Amino acid sequence: MTAGVRWTGRSLRRFEDPALVRGLGRFVADVADRDRGTLHAAFVRSAVPAGEIRSIEAPPGAPVLTSESFPGIRTMCARLDRPDFVALETPVLATDAVRHPGEPVALVVAGSRAEAEDLAEQVVVDIDATRPVLDAAAATDPAAPTVHAGLDMPMGNNVVLDARFSTEGVDAAFDAADEIVTLDIRAHRQNALPIEARGALAAHDPSTGRTTLTAANQMPHMLRTALADILDIGEAELRVVTPEVGGAFGQKMCVPREYVALVAAARLLGATIAWIEDRSENLLASWHSRDHTYRLRGAFTRGGRLLGLDADIVCNIGAYSNYPVTFGVEPLMAMAELPGPYRLSQYRVRSRAVTTNMCPIAPYRGVSRPVLTLAMERLMDTAARRLDLDPVEIRRANLVREFPYAMPTGLPVDPGSYVETLDAAAEALDLEGFRRRQQQAAAEGRYLGVGFSVFGERTGYGTPAFAARAMEITPGYETVQLEMNPSGDVTARIGASPHGQGLATALSQLLADELGVEPRQVSVVHGDTDTTPYGWGTFASRSMVIAGGAAKLAAERLAAQLREIAAHHLEASPADIRLEDNSAVVAGTSVGVTLPEIARIAHHSSHLLPAPIEPGLSVSATYDPGGTFSNACHAAVVEVDPDTGHVRLERFVVIADAGLEVNPMIVEGQIHGGVTQGIANALYEELVTDDDGNLLTASLMDFLPPTACEVPLIEVTHVQTITDASITGAKGVGEGGAIGAPAAVLNAISDALSPLGIEVDEMPATPSRVRELIRRAQSTTTGDRT
Amino acid sequence: MKPAAFEYHAPRTLEEALGLLHEHQDEAKVLAGGQSLVPAMNFRLARPSVLVDIAHLPDLDRIEATEPGSVTVGARVRHLDLEHNTIGGPLGSLFALTGRWVGHYPIRVRGTFGGSLAHADPAAEWCALACALDAEIHCRSASGSRSVGAGDFFEQMAFTTCLEPDELLVGVRLPELSDSCGVGMAEFARRWGDFAIVLAVTAVERDGDSIAGARIALGGVAGGPVRASNAEAALAGRPATAGTVAAAAAAAAEEVDPTGDIHGSADYRRDLVRAMVTRALDQALK
Repeated sequence: MTAGVRWTGRSLRRFEDPALVRGLGRFVADVADRDRGTLHAAFVRSAVPAGEIRSIEAPPGAPVLTSESFPGIRTMCARLDRPDFVALETPVLATDAVRHPGEPVALVVAGSRAEAEDLAEQVVVDIDATRPVLDAAAATDPAAPTVHAGLDMPMGNNVVLDARFSTEGVDAAFDAADEIVTLDIRAHRQNALPIEARGALAAHDPSTGRTTLTAANQMPHMLRTALADILDIGEAELRVVTPEVGGAFGQKMCVPREYVALVAAARLLGATIAWIEDRSENLLASWHSRDHTYRLRGAFTRGGRLLGLDADIVCNIGAYSNYPVTFGVEPLMAMAELPGPYRLSQYRVRSRAVTTNMCPIAPYRGVSRPVLTLAMERLMDTAARRLDLDPVEIRRANLVREFPYAMPTGLPVDPGSYVETLDAAAEALDLEGFRRRQQQAAAEGRYLGVGFSVFGERTGYGTPAFAARAMEITPGYETVQLEMNPSGDVTARIGASPHGQGLATALSQLLADELGVEPRQVSVVHGDTDTTPYGWGTFASRSMVIAGGAAKLAAERLAAQLREIAAHHLEASPADIRLEDNSAVVAGTSVGVTLPEIARIAHHSSHLLPAPIEPGLSVSATYDPGGTFSNACHAAVVEVDPDTGHVRLERFVVIADAGLEVNPMIVEGQIHGGVTQGIANALYEELVTDDDGNLLTASLMDFLPPTACEVPLIEVTHVQTITDASITGAKGVGEGGAIGAPAAVLNAISDALSPLGIEVDEMPATPSRVRELIRRAQSTTTGDRT
Repeated sequence: MKPAAFEYHAPRTLEEALGLLHEHQDEAKVLAGGQSLVPAMNFRLARPSVLVDIAHLPDLDRIEATEPGSVTVGARVRHLDLEHNTIGGPLGSLFALTGRWVGHYPIRVRGTFGGSLAHADPAAEWCALACALDAEIHCRSASGSRSVGAGDFFEQMAFTTCLEPDELLVGVRLPELSDSCGVGMAEFARRWGDFAIVLAVTAVERDGDSIAGARIALGGVAGGPVRASNAEAALAGRPATAGTVAAAAAAAAEEVDPTGDIHGSADYRRDLVRAMVTRALDQALK
């Protein structure tokens, strides 16, 4: 390469991929298969959503472990320090009650998974089933069953969080409105559906007393802390390793009861035990997501200006909390971020978490934002139709244009390109041309529609943002340890825990630019608590911003050391030394020394180092930013088949602003995956239970992720707004695809069906739901059933 | 998701296979392409203690014109072979049209025609085709053989046929369709390759501008495939117009009695029947 070429900004092919595409990636099941003598676990799970355990009977002498097998074990409980929060404790294995279908009651161990399943079938759990409560609205009824009997619920039956916020002039804003739009938004239950379900291998080494947990997980350090706390042992007795992880999306962020039980069992039996979750278990009882309802009222002027917003949000968080972020993340994020990028001064919100006899909820790509964005974007389109405005026009009238901006909740929004991305999306679709085509199609009885979705994605937020949620366990910072070894190659040890994002490639690009080496010379070590600095892992669209920022800071320190040594060696001033092409050269001259030579001196001739530089080339840095908003506009074009309710996606356009893109190809990959999951959310995936709590979508025959046949080409255009909220200039982009897509799709369906007066406010908008809306609309207009 | 323990047999002759079925009766299951049975065993929804794999039986993989005016499809002819129109004529076209809706490509590579009929999923494409054409299903056992019309073969209960535990479906005889016969197939599923929510298979005999007679079979609306006989009656002798098609589709929607499930209510399925019958007839009349 020539001097001065930057690696940052180039779509370098990912270093991670050759192994993965050749089948050489080592996932936890591969690691389990490698070890001879590995035992396999299966969990005996509750078949009912609610009940009292009368007895657990196992074949005599069978290795069946229940809560009684682990007397010293603690419950799992993370807390928020707020008066409107009720902490829920989760036993590792059910003790005297079961509270959701699939709750783990016992663990059995055998020589193979098939034999473990045979044994699990022979364990008889006698449960006195009680009436369950499955729906959040029903659960708050004082007459409804109480999920956690004996727990004080001062805010109402099963209400475990009831947060409120209001500015002072909300009522006045509604009094002054020309038009008040009311919406009921419903987002049904989903599963994040990583291709690899959860899985772990616990290996106890009696010679050292240490247990190594190899696990599909996003937060290895947090997992180790949690295991130590729950098992009441020191962290030095544990090592957590995350090998290749086959997708996570939040589902592998929170600590699973199964992993804790597995470690406890391995320690009890002095054995190596694997638990590789199957798809049925995963759909039933891993973690669920969404299941929110929003009642929204918007006060608008005739011109479409939003004067006030009033929201009542209810999140069905299932039977238990999660560790470490708690169920509070769902309602609190919804409440804090609902207004989004729309300038608004009057905002009132009530946001509740309700416990039910459903599988617990954990964050899933976007967490509350896909739903809150759906709510706001449906509000904009519905208001536009009422006020006879264009959807682009009403958004332009309300989008934030001047920065810094603060949401009514006080949340600061750094510079972005909200109006610009909207305009670019309208242009990419040729909106005027589309409207003409739409009219021609209408004349043929066809229903075409377009939908927009504008949103900001809060990313890369550190400790202060989490502290604002009053979390007892407050995540946020990341540390990067950087070392140049004697050959001049670089090792970066990071607390972040990438699992498919390509972070190692992107960090290598960034470090290469800072240090004057090639990306190939950088190896990134992650996912092992024995070899990496304590950190929070990879979630919440944070790694490029926070681990990237820490890498940049560490690289600056290492570069300073290299310059210092080179300057001493070349008898120049450190300020004149440039690091490029694996060399340190005196600026404007050809005088230089190679980086391997400096590295040799630092490690092997350290007596030559200038004081006060210490031997070796090892530095460390931590970054803990306040957060930065990336933003995007999504636009979908659909055709709705009025006879079947089927929605065909014709086009999907994304104008994305992720700030500085270290590797644009990786950014696009994140958007493609996210949009696909957003389309799944909008049209396909739904966990359905019957009135008795039985999961009816317990396999991939009925829980339907879209395939390549259903997802159109996703057309991505990049915009880059650089702000100083992120020291690298990069903004997070991991969740945006999933956040924006549902609203764009539902807006497009509503636009297509607007001749019938239909607004679609429930997702997924399945064919049967859409057809039902059409049937009702047709019977209203024609007076009979068509 | 691992199967319960089972014994596996791979007989080399039909007699050996029939002997195993006779010996093990209810305990045994026939394994052909394994595209439905194996997942069911992994879920432990099916737990046969004996599997009789017919992959090595000779002759069952042929498509033959055994007698004039008909074609016999061997039990383990793969979906893909039928999709590739190895038969020719309107019957071959109907097989090709229908075959592409059977699962996904890898499923069509392994799955078999006979296996699909014996499995009798109410939304299976081949079952509806067999029903539409009044196929004759040949069954063999250690004690003899018989042929059963499709109307009697499928019980109106999901996954249930008249096959006895010791019987093996060996082949299916279908009538050739005349050159004046148009064929159509329409299916609605949530995703490409999924089981149908509703499907319609049609074969329409033309007589100039009018319709001499029509066969319509539906899947996904009952425990097994059903004929839409009122709709067929609404077509016979009528002019081949959009109005006739609409009337037949309305009759089909009226005469079915579907039940609802998570993918759609009974009313929704009726709507789909109307839409799919319309589309399949339009295709047949094109």
